[in-house]
Amino acid sequence: MGWALMGSNMLAWFRPCPKHWATDGSKRMGHSWSLGEHGRVICGAFVLKETGEKNIQGFGHVDPRFWITLICLPALFCHGTKVPRNINMERLRNGYLFSEICRRELEHTQKYPHAKLIKLGIGDTTEPIPDIITSAMAEHAHALSTIRGYRGYGAEQGNMELRNAIAQTFYRDMGIKANEVFVSDGAQCDISRIQMLLGSNVTVAVQDPSFPAYMDSSVIIGQSGNFKEETGKYENILYMNCGPESNFFPDLSNTPRTDIIFLCSPNNPTGHAASRQQLEQLVEFAKANGSIIIHDSAYAAYITDESPRSIFEIPGGREVAIEISSFSKFAGFTGVRLGWTVVPEELLYSNGFPVIKDYNRIVCTCFNGASSIAQAGGLACLSSDGYLAMNAVLDYYKENAKIIMDTFTSLGLKVHGGKNAPYMWVHFPGLRSWDVFNEILEKTHIITVPGTGFGPGGEGYIRVSAFGQRESVIEASRRLKNLLK
Amino acid sequence: MSSSPSISSSSSSFLGQTHFDSRTPNARLPTKDSWICKCVATPPTETTAHMTKVSRNANMAKLQAGYLFPEIARRRSAHMLKYPDAQVISLGIGDTTEPIPEVITSGMAKKANALSTLEGYSGYGAEQGENRLRAAIASTYYGDLSIEESDIFVSDGAKSDISRLQVMFGSNVTMAVQDPSYPAYVDSSVILGQTGQFQKDVEKYGNIEYMKCNPENGFFPDLSTVSRTDIIFFCSPNNPTGNAATREQLTRLVQFAKDNGSILVYDSAYAMYISDDSPRSIFEIPGAKEVAIEVSSFSKYAGFTGVRLGWTVVPKELLYSDGFPVAKDFNRIVCTTFNGASNISQAGGLACLSPEGLEAMHKVVGFYQENTNIIMETFTSLGFSVYGGKNAPYVWVHFPGQSSWDVFSEILEKTHVVTTPGSGFGPAGDGFIRVSAFGHRGNVLEACKRFKQLYK
Repeated sequence: MGWALMGSNMLAWFRPCPKHWATDGSKRMGHSWSLGEHGRVICGAFVLKETGEKNIQGFGHVDPRFWITLICLPALFCHGTKVPRNINMERLRNGYLFSEICRRELEHTQKYPHAKLIKLGIGDTTEPIPDIITSAMAEHAHALSTIRGYRGYGAEQGNMELRNAIAQTFYRDMGIKANEVFVSDGAQCDISRIQMLLGSNVTVAVQDPSFPAYMDSSVIIGQSGNFKEETGKYENILYMNCGPESNFFPDLSNTPRTDIIFLCSPNNPTGHAASRQQLEQLVEFAKANGSIIIHDSAYAAYITDESPRSIFEIPGGREVAIEISSFSKFAGFTGVRLGWTVVPEELLYSNGFPVIKDYNRIVCTCFNGASSIAQAGGLACLSSDGYLAMNAVLDYYKENAKIIMDTFTSLGLKVHGGKNAPYMWVHFPGLRSWDVFNEILEKTHIITVPGTGFGPGGEGYIRVSAFGQRESVIEASRRLKNLLK
Repeated sequence: MSSSPSISSSSSSFLGQTHFDSRTPNARLPTKDSWICKCVATPPTETTAHMTKVSRNANMAKLQAGYLFPEIARRRSAHMLKYPDAQVISLGIGDTTEPIPEVITSGMAKKANALSTLEGYSGYGAEQGENRLRAAIASTYYGDLSIEESDIFVSDGAKSDISRLQVMFGSNVTMAVQDPSYPAYVDSSVILGQTGQFQKDVEKYGNIEYMKCNPENGFFPDLSTVSRTDIIFFCSPNNPTGNAATREQLTRLVQFAKDNGSILVYDSAYAMYISDDSPRSIFEIPGAKEVAIEVSSFSKYAGFTGVRLGWTVVPKELLYSDGFPVAKDFNRIVCTTFNGASNISQAGGLACLSPEGLEAMHKVVGFYQENTNIIMETFTSLGFSVYGGKNAPYVWVHFPGQSSWDVFSEILEKTHVVTTPGSGFGPAGDGFIRVSAFGHRGNVLEACKRFKQLYK
């Protein structure tokens, strides 16, 4: 926006026309202007080079004053509201990480239309969903066309049968009851619902590196304060460094108290599954500090050793933790959309009010339940046959992970994760992760994710995901060996 | 305050049954007042309950009671326990009852089955929705209105979208709602911290501008008495009054928003129920693209209340005070706090918008419109002042001088018909009952028979 001379002595102010905002936030050059509806100008150039050069094609030699007049005209016709933009939205950095990766992928495919791009970036499942599960969903869809089978609104908390099945399958012997399970359309949505629940006046700790949604949702809801360029961190968020020196777990002895602690285990992006001892320490820490742990266990099904699959395996976990999980990565439901959150009745605010009551209110007010069809699929997933079928798909991805791990290891690179999660966290000491990302993409046409996308603690690392068709994974390994040998 | 139910050492009974599924007749229900927690959970005898040191979100504490519709469901369940042999008829919650046309469900079944194949499997979809569906929505509903595919954001429904919009707007905006109105606008505003405390004497939250809509003003607010707010929520055809705003009224509303630099959030979830030439979209009004966001839903058109699919239109022309396009922030919200509507539901949406699907949806809507006529005629014949119904599946019946919860209770007790008390939608709703027209024809006819008996 700015002031410009209009005509001879009149000053006018102009603002960018919405059609000229480029997707990356930069201003685009207009090219011509035309009369829109009702004779209003709807397109117009507004960027003026300081040298005064004419940079618009087709106008030839134009008197600068005339040109400024043309530029100012659109501004008079673009109504802006007087509604202030949410300052929290302003605090967000660039685009959401995975949308940014998509964008770069698109650019790359445009640049190399014939290259066979292999996507080991966004953790998107690739293998078909077992028949037993999809046929249950198809059956439910058909039933909606019958009088007997039609269902309207479901309970916002989810279908009771499914809540029971989740409690029985994942939380048997942990004292978690069906009414503490809230079925949802996925972990990403639940994270934001939890943030709405908590409000802006709580302090938050996240792992560094971590899944961006914890941080971004924290910024959006107003917990984070401003981003500091010099540190690469938000001023009010506590970043708990998780690197190899601390065994990819926060060093709790050096961690100040916050109200909320986000912990993802098995971890996205590092792949580390916290040990029982680590989680016991965390629960103890949370108890002593009166904090609430938000435990993201979306990858628990990938655990191959004795690491705990739920925070509620830890005694005392029910009094300090909320657990989020998802069908996305173990049932291939990334597009179908189904997950759940457990809020134990024992979890209380400082005034004794049960968190579950407020969470229930959020779910009833801000949500209308997961799709009944997805829930029918979820129930089929948790049948004994469904569960077996899903485990076969999991094994497939686990085998992919092994191949990728072996590849990087054979190249002499330090690889973390992979054993208990579908992510490999590969160390490129001394290098910048976006540079490594770019080089890998440019030279091998493989999409990965640069570690800094997950926080400053991710610098020097690349995340490689194990989702993909076997042939692609093998081909990717071949290309990486060629590049990095 | 009356006493809470006794609290046993099992903490689950403190909450009662937290699933308010109206289909479970054996739910044990807490009384209305037990919603208000007045004490700490009774500790089990062996150990003291651990309390975290995390403060409860003060905004949650401002909310007065449970969300309206679970409360209705609760009362219905309690009634069914009391009268286990009564045939309870639900004309309360606006829940669709008729099966979804096969052309639509087979589209969804096909997609589900395709997910088991290599060629047909798809993982994450675009958070904004599948391009084909966005394009179909744009061309079906906004064809001549210059709304483009990229202005459409597909979602899991209007209720979720309302909250996402609120999260986007943040706590530092002021808002106006119609009085009465769909409770999600006010409740989400409270949760996001836009409001002050609830004022019991006037039954309103501080800092919200309530725009009264009653028979005297033809259910359209007198804009000359409305103070400026940043955001204005407007629903037309209206839930609960059933009133559809005229072109002239909406033109004035758009002008009002323009003059005040406000953003109009226009809820058009019932547009297909319009039977006259009232506008179906705010974007039919010139200039609306610079002031309005439109929210809509497949719920009441396609019976998708359980399937979950809707959309929000954010025109590129809509700008914040600093010139920043609102659509960019909404896109960021959608990418960060959401992961797209279910791909199966979206396949259903696409089938809905095929020529066959559109025709099928019109038939189902027609069925509910016929229900509405029956209900309207019943109450009119009984001498009541009846509003709405013509352009919406809701009938707004006036019971002057009576408390709407009392009327609700009396109707429930004496006819076993569930309705919705008007005050649940705001103080100006008191004295009214909302009767929804969703139901099997037999049930609607039976309900009307019982109303006639009660009020003859």
